[in-house]
Amino acid sequence: MPKRPLPEPTPETREYWEGTKRGELRIQRCRSCSKAYFYPRPFCPWCASKDVEWFTASGKGKLYSYVISHRPAHGFQDWTPYVIAIVELDEGPRMMTNIIGVEPAPENLPVDMPVEVTFEQQSDDITVPLFRPAGSRA
Amino acid sequence: MTTAIVGAAETDEIGVLPGKSAIQLHAEAALNALDDAGLTKDDIDAVLCAGQSPVAVAEYLNIVPNYLDGTSVGGCSFMMHVRHASAAIRAGLCTTALITHGESGRSRVGMGGWGGARQMLQAQFEEPYGVAGPPTRFTIPILRHMHEYGTTHEQMASVAVATRRWAEQNPRAMMREPITVEDVLNSRVIAWPVHLLECCLVTDGGGALVVVAAERAKDFPKKPAYVLGTGESSEHSMISQMIDMTESRAFKVSGDLAFNEAGISRKDIDHAMFYDAFAHTPMFALEALGFVGKGESGPFFEEMRTAPGGDFPLNTNGGGLSYTHTGMYGMFAIQESVRQLRGEAAVQVAGVKTSIAHGVGGMFHAAGTLILTNDERA
Ligand SMILES: [Zn+2]
Repeated sequence: MPKRPLPEPTPETREYWEGTKRGELRIQRCRSCSKAYFYPRPFCPWCASKDVEWFTASGKGKLYSYVISHRPAHGFQDWTPYVIAIVELDEGPRMMTNIIGVEPAPENLPVDMPVEVTFEQQSDDITVPLFRPAGSRA
Repeated sequence: MTTAIVGAAETDEIGVLPGKSAIQLHAEAALNALDDAGLTKDDIDAVLCAGQSPVAVAEYLNIVPNYLDGTSVGGCSFMMHVRHASAAIRAGLCTTALITHGESGRSRVGMGGWGGARQMLQAQFEEPYGVAGPPTRFTIPILRHMHEYGTTHEQMASVAVATRRWAEQNPRAMMREPITVEDVLNSRVIAWPVHLLECCLVTDGGGALVVVAAERAKDFPKKPAYVLGTGESSEHSMISQMIDMTESRAFKVSGDLAFNEAGISRKDIDHAMFYDAFAHTPMFALEALGFVGKGESGPFFEEMRTAPGGDFPLNTNGGGLSYTHTGMYGMFAIQESVRQLRGEAAVQVAGVKTSIAHGVGGMFHAAGTLILTNDERA
C-alpha cells in the first residue's frame, strides 16, 4: 500500500472525509436544481443555491479516462506503475482516484468500464476512496 | 488594432543555465528586449510578469512603474500580459509596457519550492492518488479523446515528429536529431499512453516583450507586430474537474475572443504557435480554436500538414517539445510569432502576415490567445 501524501480536511470538506472513514462516499447535491456535484462546497456550482444537502453516493461509476503512471510519485515508489484515473460516478460528478484490483495494463482498463468504490484506510483521520472493476473482489 | 509589440527578445542563451538565477533571466531578457526596441529601462512605465512578483522585477531593474500586473496562471500568462498591457495602454494607465519571463526550470536556481499546503483542493482531491507533476495530470484527457474519436497513438506521435522537423533546422533548439513515429512510440513510457518524446523539455531561459500604442509603433527600429486580437479564459484548477476531457473550454473561449476581436477568419492565419507541453496539447488547440472539427486533429497531424513544407506551419521554432520549455513556455511561442512576422526567424516561413500564439496555463486550467499581424492596415 503506497504511503500517500495525506490531506488535511477543511470545514467544508470534513463531512466527505468523515464519510470515507465509515466506508461511505458522501457527496453533495442541490435541492434547487437537483444536480449532484463534487468536490464539496457549501453552495451549488451549477445554480449557486446554498440549499444543498449531503447524501451517500452509490459508489458505482465508470472509468472516464486515466493514465498508467511510470513515474514514482513520493510514497508510490514501490507501487509503480499505477493507474491514476478519473471516475464518473453514476450520480454524475467525476473524481480522481486510483484503480486497484487489476494489473495496470491497458487491456484490463477499457475506457467506460464499470467500476465500484472501495476504501483504504491511511491513518486515524484519513481513508481514501479507490475504485476497482465492478464485481471484482480486490 | 490599438497596440503593438515593438521589442522582443529571449535570454542570451536558453537550455541548461545553472549559472543564472530565475530573476536574473527575467532581467537579461528585459535588457535584450529594451535594446531590441531602442529603449532604456527609464522609458518603461509598466511591468508585467509571472513566476516572480512584478514588484521584484521592477526593483531588480530599477524601474518606476505606473502599472503592475502579476497575473501568474502558468504558461499562458504572457498572452494575458499582452492583453492586459494593451487594455492598460488603451485606458491611458501606462504607455510603454515591459513583459518579462525568466525561469530556471531545469537548474532550479532562485526558484520557489514545489511544496503545497495539505489543505489545498489539489492536496485533498488529487495528490493522494500519486500525481507527479504535469506528466501525470495534463495527460489524463488523452485516452478519452482516443476513445471518443478513434485518435491513435501514431497520430499523437506525429505531433512530436512534425515539431522536431522544424527544430532540426533551428540552431537554438535543444533537441535536433531527426525522429520517426516509431522512435516516439519506442521511447520510454512516462504515463501511458504518453512516451518520453511526447513530453516537453525542461530547460532554463527567458524572454521579454515591449508593448506600446499602435500609432507609436513605427518609431521603433524593428518591424512592429500589431496586436490584432486577444483572448483569455480559465476552466478548472484541477484536471479532474475538466468539463469534457475531449475539449478545452478555456481554449475555445479564449480563441473565440481573439478571433472576434481580430475580425479575421481561421483561413487568414499564416502561421501558428500552439503551446506544446505534451504532444496532445496542439491537437486540442487545433480543434478548440476552430481550425478543424472536433476529433479531426489526429489525421491532420498524421498527414504532416504542420511540418516544414506543410500548409499549416506550426511551432516553427521546434516548440516546447524540441526547442525549449522552462515551465511556462508561452513567452517563447510569442517570441517566435514576432520573429516570423519580422521575417527574422531561424526557419522562416515565406509571406507570414498573420500569426496566432495560443497558450495553456496549468493542465488545461487556463488559456490565452494572441493574433498578431505585421500589416499596419489590418
Ligand atoms: Zn443547483
